[in-house]
Amino acid sequence: MSSKVIQAMYNDDDVLMSAVKETRAAHHHIEEVYTPFPVHGLDKAMGLAPTRLAITAFIYGLLGLSFAIWMMNFMMIEDWPQNIGGKPNVTYFKNMPAFVPIMFELTVFFAAHLMVITFYMRSKIWPFKEAENPDPRTTDDMFLMEVSVDGNEQELTSFLKGTGAVEIKITEKH
Amino acid sequence: MASHYEAPIREPLVIGDKSYHDVSVDVAAPIEGKANKQWWMVFGIALSAFIWGIGCISYTIGTGIGVWGLNKTINWAWDITNFVWWVGIGHAGTLISAVLLLFRQKWRMGINRSAEAMTIFAVVQAGTFPIIHMGRPWLAYWVLPIPNQFGSLWVNFNSPLLWDVFAISTYLSVSLVFWWTGLLPDFAMIRDRATKPFQKKIYSLLSFGWTGRAKDWQRFEEVSLVLAGLATPLVLSVHTIVSFDFATSVVPGWHSTIFPPYFVAGAIFSGFAMVQTLLITMRKVSNLENYITIVHIENMNKVILLTGGIVTVAYLTEYFIGWYSGISYENYTYLSFGAATGPYAWAFWALIICNLIVPLSLWSKKLRVNIVWTFFVSIVINIGMWFERFDIIVIDLSKDRLTSTWTMFQPTFVDIGIFIGTIGFFFVLFLLYARTFPVIAQAEVKSILKSSGDNFKKHRDFGGKYPIETPTSVKTVVQETTEVVSDSPEEKASKTTSLIDSLGSFDASTDTADDLKLISGVGPILEKTLNTIGIYKFEQVSKMTDKEYSLLDSIMGSFQGRAKRDNWAEQAKNLINK
Repeated sequence: MSSKVIQAMYNDDDVLMSAVKETRAAHHHIEEVYTPFPVHGLDKAMGLAPTRLAITAFIYGLLGLSFAIWMMNFMMIEDWPQNIGGKPNVTYFKNMPAFVPIMFELTVFFAAHLMVITFYMRSKIWPFKEAENPDPRTTDDMFLMEVSVDGNEQELTSFLKGTGAVEIKITEKH
Repeated sequence: MASHYEAPIREPLVIGDKSYHDVSVDVAAPIEGKANKQWWMVFGIALSAFIWGIGCISYTIGTGIGVWGLNKTINWAWDITNFVWWVGIGHAGTLISAVLLLFRQKWRMGINRSAEAMTIFAVVQAGTFPIIHMGRPWLAYWVLPIPNQFGSLWVNFNSPLLWDVFAISTYLSVSLVFWWTGLLPDFAMIRDRATKPFQKKIYSLLSFGWTGRAKDWQRFEEVSLVLAGLATPLVLSVHTIVSFDFATSVVPGWHSTIFPPYFVAGAIFSGFAMVQTLLITMRKVSNLENYITIVHIENMNKVILLTGGIVTVAYLTEYFIGWYSGISYENYTYLSFGAATGPYAWAFWALIICNLIVPLSLWSKKLRVNIVWTFFVSIVINIGMWFERFDIIVIDLSKDRLTSTWTMFQPTFVDIGIFIGTIGFFFVLFLLYARTFPVIAQAEVKSILKSSGDNFKKHRDFGGKYPIETPTSVKTVVQETTEVVSDSPEEKASKTTSLIDSLGSFDASTDTADDLKLISGVGPILEKTLNTIGIYKFEQVSKMTDKEYSLLDSIMGSFQGRAKRDNWAEQAKNLINK
């Protein structure tokens, strides 16, 4: 397969949306779309699978809750039970009302942080990471669609022009 | 195609004739520009206050907590008052960015960034107080459940003070990642605009290499939604737990079951007041009046009215229950006849006037949209909410169950100095933020521009005929509009040909298209319209005269008279010569 891609720039989100739909309908392969802000419905139009990050957050939350229960059970019930203010630490269940705040806090703590870390890893964003948007204007007001070329440069160029692209560039895939 | 329709009755959230590019320029302007004299002046004052505070904290740590005005009866005073005050202020930021996101309130987008920044800076101030109150802050790590030299005597998980440690640290860290994740696309925008190498390097680092792929955005939106869902119960839990510090004790006036909801409402009340104080100033200084509009200010005033109302009901309940219980100790709690007439009557009435009476003025629409009055009320509420915590802590402690120990509290210069120091530190952080961070969530604002931007709304409301020319004779406009409506496709086509004939045609194979948006007054939509007519280059635009202007107007139907008014030909000539 050729490693060439064609980059079509659009200056309006609605034009981009219809262009994405037309390109997909014409069975061209969209490599990537870069936008300056979230364009609603773009993921569906491109046929991207829904993200599973919310599910991971739920699992991380369960992990945090289990950790909180294990930690407080070990520290307050098993390792060093104390009688504080006439309220002895006998069983975890009997003492649980006093443990609820921290069970909640650790659930949120784990769910939030681990989900964000997963997001950063999956989307490859972290400090000192170099940005990969092909044109600096795609963080300002331009929308860029990258379509893979398979020996049909001429045809694709005229096709994309027809979809309302304002700039078209053929380049090696990076 | 996605519909951008929004009911015309909803007031626009972005005013002025803004395109996507204009939003970037306006948000980047305070960062790319130079600080003015006023900024340096305010920064200087804040910095001196901060340094004074550091001095007072060093004195406290070096000498001991005895340098504060605490005594054997009143063993909590300004320190905890300030702690609760600052934590409360923080709550508005999370409410705006998380709760309003869940409710899909678009007006949050102009203010959420700064409100969240305020949250983080306020929680930093709050965290200072319990740590210095420990007396030996270098042992602060003892609050963590880690194995230690006492044969693993663990921290006490039954104690509300320890719950506080977990709640505040979770709150601070989760707010921070929520804020930073939202900042990534905006840092990326600044990075891609930056021309100085150093600036580019810094913003590349801060933006974590944000690229803006469709998949990234999909994940970004999901993460924002889930974080909002997590932050909403979190913010409620934080002030609930802060109120447990008091509610689980046996001190009359503290031992109160309505504290959790009442503290949360009070926190949001004071937090919104602080957001008003900061943003009314910032929109002026950073020229953001088009993004933080009077609608935003009025909406925040409505939240202040609601939460202020909840606080009022709580005060009345406390007063009534104290009296109804018939217990003599309850007659000296902070909301009682004893407090209203006793030695702390001035603090009692400060609370009532600042939190109950003055905010009532916001029921008047006229005052609610009055910026000067709003600013004044926000300051009054900030003071009032400080007094609420002072009253709860000091008045309740001053008259305990043993009459022989009754006493008053006298703050020392150290108490006052530390408080002023935290205010200074808060403003130092906020002022630095206002000059280095994108203070408006510009990516989010761009996503609502078509639905809530003034120009786009008007364009829709007037059936695609905005701006309407304000000519000397109204008659010609009417004629022009009817003319446009009656234009048949053939007539339009012939007009287009004659226009292109006089301007010169565009050959895609030899010429490259210019960015017509560089002409002031041309946005993305207008540029597209021009392209469909066949105008791609500055050279073509520069040839326009009155005849071509009117031809263009009659072909386009919309944007009547704009080309002539903005003198596109002259602009295009300048752009060619650049």
